[in-house]
Amino acid sequence: MMGRREWIHGWLLLSPALILLFAFTHYPAVVTFWASFFSTPRGKRSAKFVGLENYQTLLTDDKFWQVLYNNLLYAGITIPVSVALALIMALFVNSKLHGRGFVRMTYFAPTVLPLIAVANIWLFFYTPGFGFIDQVRGLWGAGEANWLGNPDTVLGALMVVAVWKEAGFFMIFYLAALQTIPPSLREAAAIEGSSRWTFFRRVTFPLLMPTTLFVSVNAVINSFRLVDHIFVMTEGGPDNASSLLLYYIYEAGFKFWDTAHAATATIALLVLLSVLAIGQFFLVDRKVHYR
Amino acid sequence: MSGANKTGVTIDIRHLSKVWRDKAGKETAAVDGVSFTAEAGKFTVLLGPSGCGKSTTLRLIAGLEAASDGGILIDGKDMTRRPPTDRGIAMVFQSYALFPHLNVEENILFGLKVRKVPPVERAVRLRRVAELLGLQELLDRKPNQLSGGQQQRVALGRAIIAEKPICLMDEPLSNLDAKLRHEMRVELRALQQKLGLTMVYVTHDQAEAISMADRIVVMNGGRIEQVGTPTDIYDRPASAFTARFIGTPPMNLIELKRGLRGWTIPGTDAPLPLAIDPAQGDTALLGVRPEDIRRDPSGIEAVVEAVEYLGADNLVDCRLGEAVLTARLPRHAGMKPGDRLRLGWGDEAMHLFNSVNGERLPLTGQGSAPTPKHDAAKQMASS
Repeated sequence: MMGRREWIHGWLLLSPALILLFAFTHYPAVVTFWASFFSTPRGKRSAKFVGLENYQTLLTDDKFWQVLYNNLLYAGITIPVSVALALIMALFVNSKLHGRGFVRMTYFAPTVLPLIAVANIWLFFYTPGFGFIDQVRGLWGAGEANWLGNPDTVLGALMVVAVWKEAGFFMIFYLAALQTIPPSLREAAAIEGSSRWTFFRRVTFPLLMPTTLFVSVNAVINSFRLVDHIFVMTEGGPDNASSLLLYYIYEAGFKFWDTAHAATATIALLVLLSVLAIGQFFLVDRKVHYR
Repeated sequence: MSGANKTGVTIDIRHLSKVWRDKAGKETAAVDGVSFTAEAGKFTVLLGPSGCGKSTTLRLIAGLEAASDGGILIDGKDMTRRPPTDRGIAMVFQSYALFPHLNVEENILFGLKVRKVPPVERAVRLRRVAELLGLQELLDRKPNQLSGGQQQRVALGRAIIAEKPICLMDEPLSNLDAKLRHEMRVELRALQQKLGLTMVYVTHDQAEAISMADRIVVMNGGRIEQVGTPTDIYDRPASAFTARFIGTPPMNLIELKRGLRGWTIPGTDAPLPLAIDPAQGDTALLGVRPEDIRRDPSGIEAVVEAVEYLGADNLVDCRLGEAVLTARLPRHAGMKPGDRLRLGWGDEAMHLFNSVNGERLPLTGQGSAPTPKHDAAKQMASS
């Protein structure tokens, strides 16, 4: 009898989280997967099973490949840059320097700002002619540049915003990890005659590996998830030069109401993300020392 | 190691000071004009209560802190402003400071790799050190898979593989349990003598200091109270502080008053056989070690207040007039609270200290009853 009551209590305690998780994560994922095998219902025509036809359409869509390429480029550059920058900033604000609290706050500030506000700030920076960047360039006599209007520069301009926003966030994790490293390790290494660089390479960096793994998994997910600034700054243009996967999915689903296509692209994104995350864990995890 | 390791070198500390300045600009001297010599190949212990500046002194010697004033001479060369590497030192930290992601072998070899010692020589030295410390079986373990004593050994291994003439140790045994601590004491001392190292060892444990040291530097409040061999310090403490700090249970210190008939313990009438320079004022501190007190039919009358049973001996708290002192008496004496007894001690067991600044006072006129001459002088002074 007692066992049965405990069993009910257990499920009751689990149910709030379970319901939310199923309603908003698992059920939509399964439905999306299911929907990717059906045509888009329009008017009187209800959805019908089309097998892999949606996937065929997706793979033959030039725009999809361009967006995928954009996104891989975006991830391939913003992740290493923002993680490296975060580490450098953390090492800097972890050292003894005047106004350390202020510098730490400054580095972290971009993370606290809503992305829409961040995007608006950068929109002003990038404004041709009287934007901040052009005004600075003007001091050296350089002409106007339309950073967001030029297909060659627009993706780079968005990457700068992403790095600016992400690095401060990752810095906090590195800073926390750095502060758990006892100062006596540095002293022991100093007595052995190791240079600061040797100490970093042989001790600090290996001890930060768990943080690096955590941060880089997050960075990968974020780089495929960040779309807010595209909405505000470029709407994917010009000529899809700044469109990323998630924005592509949003356009397909809610601008063109092609839900089947959107569902198919979502599955492609999910597969890509899981491969990356699992790969990271399996490849990196064995090299990580956990204390 | 024996072949490679020549005898250690001498460390000369001259008027060394370290001043910390807080945000308000207030200055605190952690080390205040300290001078002593750690002789070549000798075991020198810096001893004192926490906050006395002993660890800071060690860190100044290591070059981990910059001196505010004074100098550090190692082997006759001024090293005050040189980085730790140039000083020819190895150091063992209180927390051991082992690199948690490296195994025992990598930890021990860290310094040699940094200094680019060839792999063949590294292997030879590693084998020697591992054998010396009994670490052969543990070389591929990580620090978190080792016991406290084993971690201690690894830290020691990392220090001695460097074959530096000086080894600095900052409370290296304080994280070990009592039994292991005792074993390591013996081992450390043997190792130091075998390798001929100049050892500077920081501890707050006076038993550790007395059992290991060739010379003890007693520190208090950033200054040196006394420098000497363990026997010097135990038998002739230079100050009331040292007297209380060394020995368990500590030395009894009793306030004495100069009376009409001589120096007495307040509340008793029999004068003690002492003569003290009248310039020292009318009070002084008398120090007697508990083990020097014995039952003496012609001694001072006392009442037992408490008895602590220690096995071989009892620690008996006795009241003499207004003073309470602890005596270490044989267990078969069969004392219980309320008992009356007479206590005495030899003249050589008495230590006198200035009651204001705690300095040791010379004992004169000992071995005789209160001198009539002194009484006469006293009477003349009062008339």
